[in-house]
Amino acid sequence: MMSIKAIDCDVHPTVVDIRQLLPHLDEYWRDSVEERGIGSLETAAYPPNAPITARPDWRGQNGYAATTAAELVSQVLDKWDASHAICNCLYGVQLVYNEDMARAFHRALNDWIAKEWLDRDPRLRASIIVPMQNVEYAVDEIERCAKDKRFVQIMVLAMQEVPLGRRHHWPIFAAAERHGLPLGIHAGSNYRHPVTSLGWPSHYVEDYTSQAQGFQGQVTSLITEGVFAKYPKLKVVLIESGVTWLPGFLWRFSKFWRGARTEIPWVDRSPAEIVRDNFRLTIQPFDAPDRADDVERIIEHLRSDDMLLFSSDFPHWQFDGDARMPKGIPEGLRRKILVENPLATYDRLNLAPAKESAR
Amino acid sequence: MNMEVRQPLRAQKTRYGIVDCDIHPKLLIEDFRPHLSNQWWAHLQTYGLRPRHGFAKTYPMPKITPQAARRDAWPPTGGLPGTDLDFLRQQLLDLYDMDFGIMNPLSPTGQGDQNGEFSAAMSYAANEVQLEVWARREKRLKASVVVPYENPEASAAEIRRRAGNKDFAQVFMLSRTAEAHGRRRYWPIYQAAVEAGLPVGIHVFGYAGWPLTNSGWPSFYIEEMTEHATGQQAVVASMIFEGLFEQFRDLKVVLIESGFGWLPALGWRLDKHWERMRDEVPHVKRPPSEYIREHFWVSTQPMEEAEEPEHVIDAMRWIGFDRILFASDYPHWDFDDPFLALPPSLTEEQRAMIYAGNAKKLYGLA
Repeated sequence: MMSIKAIDCDVHPTVVDIRQLLPHLDEYWRDSVEERGIGSLETAAYPPNAPITARPDWRGQNGYAATTAAELVSQVLDKWDASHAICNCLYGVQLVYNEDMARAFHRALNDWIAKEWLDRDPRLRASIIVPMQNVEYAVDEIERCAKDKRFVQIMVLAMQEVPLGRRHHWPIFAAAERHGLPLGIHAGSNYRHPVTSLGWPSHYVEDYTSQAQGFQGQVTSLITEGVFAKYPKLKVVLIESGVTWLPGFLWRFSKFWRGARTEIPWVDRSPAEIVRDNFRLTIQPFDAPDRADDVERIIEHLRSDDMLLFSSDFPHWQFDGDARMPKGIPEGLRRKILVENPLATYDRLNLAPAKESAR
Repeated sequence: MNMEVRQPLRAQKTRYGIVDCDIHPKLLIEDFRPHLSNQWWAHLQTYGLRPRHGFAKTYPMPKITPQAARRDAWPPTGGLPGTDLDFLRQQLLDLYDMDFGIMNPLSPTGQGDQNGEFSAAMSYAANEVQLEVWARREKRLKASVVVPYENPEASAAEIRRRAGNKDFAQVFMLSRTAEAHGRRRYWPIYQAAVEAGLPVGIHVFGYAGWPLTNSGWPSFYIEEMTEHATGQQAVVASMIFEGLFEQFRDLKVVLIESGFGWLPALGWRLDKHWERMRDEVPHVKRPPSEYIREHFWVSTQPMEEAEEPEHVIDAMRWIGFDRILFASDYPHWDFDDPFLALPPSLTEEQRAMIYAGNAKKLYGLA
């Protein structure tokens, strides 16, 4: 472990063209894509040309970034000297309305990730993208992909049709716990509801910044519904969530739990404690204040050294330059964030490198 | 009953002249009768209030106590909590030796009603009732101008009607509106508020017609309460990114009953992503946190309680001690006791600002 310098817990392979998925679709859906002219599933959460979607120096000739494993390996693994990178593909299969179509595209996407990315570099790992359109299909997809140990977590979007903690989602958490897979919640929406509880905002920057509100709602839902009373070993990773909102949110949530806990008697510990035990966050974007001493205060407000996981969020444009860590992160915490916390979160990273897929 | 516990603490060493920025008088519907036309009175009797949710007589999320009230706030004379002026004097204004209290009436006021004309008639009546039943009888109590915010033109007219009347301290909106507060449709409200020299108070609650979270409807009252902070985050972001404060440089906004622990991080997040995407919002000239620092005030209740109290002081420092207003939320269950709620390690000067000085300056109270 001492030889490991960094584990990048959030990178994004890009699907440039839906035709890349055709080899991984069955005949019916392959035909449907052609016959119906089903176009790009890119999501409005990351408009292709928006600055956040790709850092300018990471975009290729066609304007896209992170289009091949080779690109990602040289720009992430080599640059940050990372032993692993976890691929979280954000192609908008979650937005699809037809459950069966959603299942087909989720399967295709996971298979594409395995073949075009994981097979091409032994340092790459990935999240299983699951079709929340149908819980049965979601569990099937987890069972199908979990056999391949290079899939190290389950990934869903921050904004869902129904809050994540709701009981009909629980078979997904049972499957996660059974396979030792953390539940990764990544920024994004399936756009079943406006991105704010006050309707659709005028600007994309409001859409992006409102992701933090989605995360607050999901943490609240998972805890209030009693997910951690039922699945105490379940780990949840908030990915590209921002970090600095968490302490203030927990003050409020823990206070209302103290005042109104008779409503949710199965929650027998303070939400702040549950979050420290069961939740982790990737560090980009950090959404930090300018002054380093304020950043140190924020880190102290988290009251845990175990919660933050290194991420570059490649190729999203969260920072310039090559520094791995936002400024102000205390020296003593760096190795925890870069290596130890990721290894403690993702059990499957501790397995011997799996050269060959079990699929 | 909590009275016995609080009684021995009455004698505060320093007299602060507290201003309570969030008191909820319960307006009685029968008091509206003289101020509504026959048509609207009949409408009210026949169709009732129609906020943007499905329950005809109650709230979507049952409260944690009846009327969401303190168990000891039911007047001995009968009636609902917040209906008896003498009892409110006894339990609040006199007990804590307050200089002023800002009244923020919640339902029934007709705010956010699906019928915009009815909402306007109800708002007018709610303001008359505040004057008649409360503010004219107790000069320490200041009314808020209830506006039918989904009917902005009528809102502006209501503000102009009340402008210059010192019994009113602010314009009153709820946080859950049909569109986010910065959107152009609401600008006539802010225009009129600025002209009248009144701050705009945005109190949590209301029904937007959208789910309480951007992932749909949650199950629990606790979630409704925590989600008030996320709603206010959308309010602040919208007001800034729509360029509201470039248009209305004198606009002052008070965020009520949403706590404040979330505000510094919101400012940092908006700053970071504004910097990256400012070409989308060229009308936003300065980092969002600067607009927050200049245009927003927060009320304390529900007072933030961190596991380590000093962390709350950090948040107050980041917001600015001159922007924080004491509020009790009387008579509701999550009432903050004026003598117990503020962190003990505040300096005397900070304490005096939060209890009274900031509010007196903001609302022009003397």
